[in-house]
Amino acid sequence: MDINSIFINTAQALFSPVTIAFAMAALGLAIHFGFVGLLNFGIAGFMAVGAYGYAISTLTFGFPWWAAFLASMAASALFAVILGIPTLQLRGDYLAIVTIAAAEIVRLLLLSTTWIKTTGSADGLVAYADDFRSINPFPDGTYGFGPWSYTANQFWVLIFALIVLALAALLLWRLVRSPWGRVIKGIREDEDAVRALGKNVFAYKMQALVVGGIVAGLGGALYVLPSSANPMLFATSLTFFVWTALLLGGAATVFGPLLGAVIFWVLQAFLGSLLPAMADAGLLGALSSAQAGALRFVLVGILLVVIVIVRPQGIVGDKRELTFVRK
Amino acid sequence: MSSATAENHTFLARGMKMLLIAILAFAGVLFASPAMADTVGDEYENKILGNVKNEGTPLQGVKIIVEGNGYTAEVVTDGDGKWSIGVPEAGSYLITLVEDTLPEGIAVLEGGATQTVEWGFTNTVVWNFFIGEGERNPTSQLDQFFMRVFAGLNFGLLLGLAAIGLSLVFGTTALPNFAHGEMVTMGALFTLFLTLAGVPLLLSFPLAVALSALFGWGLDAAIWAPLRARGVGIVQLMIVSIGLSLTFRYITQAFLGGGTEQLPGALGSPEIPIFRTVSLSVNDLISMGVSLVVLIAFAFWLLRSKMGKATRAVSDNADLAAASGINVDQVIRVVWIMAGGLAGLAGILWAYFRPGLKWDMGEKILLFIFAAGVLGGLGTAFGAFVGAMIVGVLIETSAQFIPSDLKYVGALLVMIIILLFRPQGILGRRERIG
Repeated sequence: MDINSIFINTAQALFSPVTIAFAMAALGLAIHFGFVGLLNFGIAGFMAVGAYGYAISTLTFGFPWWAAFLASMAASALFAVILGIPTLQLRGDYLAIVTIAAAEIVRLLLLSTTWIKTTGSADGLVAYADDFRSINPFPDGTYGFGPWSYTANQFWVLIFALIVLALAALLLWRLVRSPWGRVIKGIREDEDAVRALGKNVFAYKMQALVVGGIVAGLGGALYVLPSSANPMLFATSLTFFVWTALLLGGAATVFGPLLGAVIFWVLQAFLGSLLPAMADAGLLGALSSAQAGALRFVLVGILLVVIVIVRPQGIVGDKRELTFVRK
Repeated sequence: MSSATAENHTFLARGMKMLLIAILAFAGVLFASPAMADTVGDEYENKILGNVKNEGTPLQGVKIIVEGNGYTAEVVTDGDGKWSIGVPEAGSYLITLVEDTLPEGIAVLEGGATQTVEWGFTNTVVWNFFIGEGERNPTSQLDQFFMRVFAGLNFGLLLGLAAIGLSLVFGTTALPNFAHGEMVTMGALFTLFLTLAGVPLLLSFPLAVALSALFGWGLDAAIWAPLRARGVGIVQLMIVSIGLSLTFRYITQAFLGGGTEQLPGALGSPEIPIFRTVSLSVNDLISMGVSLVVLIAFAFWLLRSKMGKATRAVSDNADLAAASGINVDQVIRVVWIMAGGLAGLAGILWAYFRPGLKWDMGEKILLFIFAAGVLGGLGTAFGAFVGAMIVGVLIETSAQFIPSDLKYVGALLVMIIILLFRPQGILGRRERIG
């Protein structure tokens, strides 16, 4: 068993664009679920819209990188509005079913060959990052140390993603402490009480859905920024993995989603290297290394069940901020 | 002030609904808008081409018509029997070989004279008709529609088996069970393992259904009953069901691998002509028969037996049922057993319908089970059945009018739209679900 490569893989997951993208998606979901109480099971749909919003506006419309990011945000916001109109008045369980269906609709539309020129269908889209790389301030070379060593392009993507994540986390941290944040937390605790105060609950929910959606959409754009976009990336499992990361860290917090995403991916990378290595070494009975690879997702499922029952507030959460447990 | 806000609010919501419908309608218009083209087109990147030969002899002057996505083109084969049609996009097209232009006594032998082009991952698709001496047997649009209706009824019936379980679990425990798809997978999986273990096929079906029922009972006994006793909230339970879904799905993948397995006799089932050119495979007929018999038996149980009545009472109002002396826990246990067995049967039939057994087949069908349940009204067994039939027929027949890779989108859209206008579903009772 190659202990060294297991360690390197695990350490790399600590700072990788995928981890940061997950943190962004979990942050968006924290607004939806943690602070407003919306059971959004369509977070993969938001990520897909953000990712393809970026890729399509670059490839089809020739947008420069910054305009592509703006287009990505606009697309996520529009998706949030279209999704919110029919769904925001539904009860939680129905909202969950509809959002999961909406995300699947997005994926099926991207997968369809009807718009293959634009979406690339099952092959997805590639080679949209040229303009983003052209503004790379780092000259060619190798950056970092130890397991964290990157090419100039990888390093640029990483630094950029970290800056976006930091800005998003800061913005949300301010937002949930603002008067607006107090209202949306009030909606989570008791919707009717907030309505009795004369607040337009629907409008607040919609605003929160849009804000969280934009953050998750940016997460999607960062997710595909290093290489390629493909509809298979945005299956319903992605939604559930983001949920696992969020609940692990703490749903009603800003720091929790970040911590949850890091733990989730470090664990994934660790088990993804360890289990196949153990299977190769014959430690897992008759299981092949590919079969052992599937086992880590089994552990994700079990982890999700255990957290939500044993510690639903997550690692850094406060149990008093968990209306969903009491209902 | 407050009522004015509320009025404003509903007005706003109504306006937004209208906006949404307008957007959907606009999307529909985009779909239908014809692509501009008037030639047989070398200017397009995407090409459909083929070669018409009868036992190696090229046939000249055979007319081929391509239509779809608002585009129509026709060509006549050259001296080598070759033809090529450029099309604006790699979408779904109906391609027709005009049989009147074939020599006397020659006909299209397989797939009918009109077929649907399927694209791979390239810009070019080769489409050859299998022709030879035989009776001309044209499959008209109408016959195609009938065949799709039958396929839809078949899918709808097996979807109904799964949806009834989901709906009753929701009715009795208020849980939308996201692990229901995996309960469907289990039925097919048990059958596969039993037949691999040498159990005769006809015996392995009832055994697999029994094991699936046992699986449903086990889930309730090991997980749901203890969680209910602890008073765990419904949102937590939903997330638990998602965790279970991931767990069972990936356990299946770990043991089955990523490929597709076939149950015995799933491929090459003989076709039986029904009327005109419509024919159904023996498997389809058996599948529909089994579904119907089981559904009728289940309806009878639900309407006539004491347990069935108790189930409906708990589904209607659990507190009231408990107060009138019904053992709610026992009813819920029976509902989980039933749900497991019915889902398992649906899984077996689905493995024959697709055909194939794959680790993520439960995930693939889950949303349509939900669509069926929501459409009919979650919590109502008969609603779930009606919803399933509508979803099944809608999915299959819509493929005649929209690109076939978008047929599943329609069913999901219908579910969202029904929630807009009649959120309690077709047979559900009006209650606040907003």
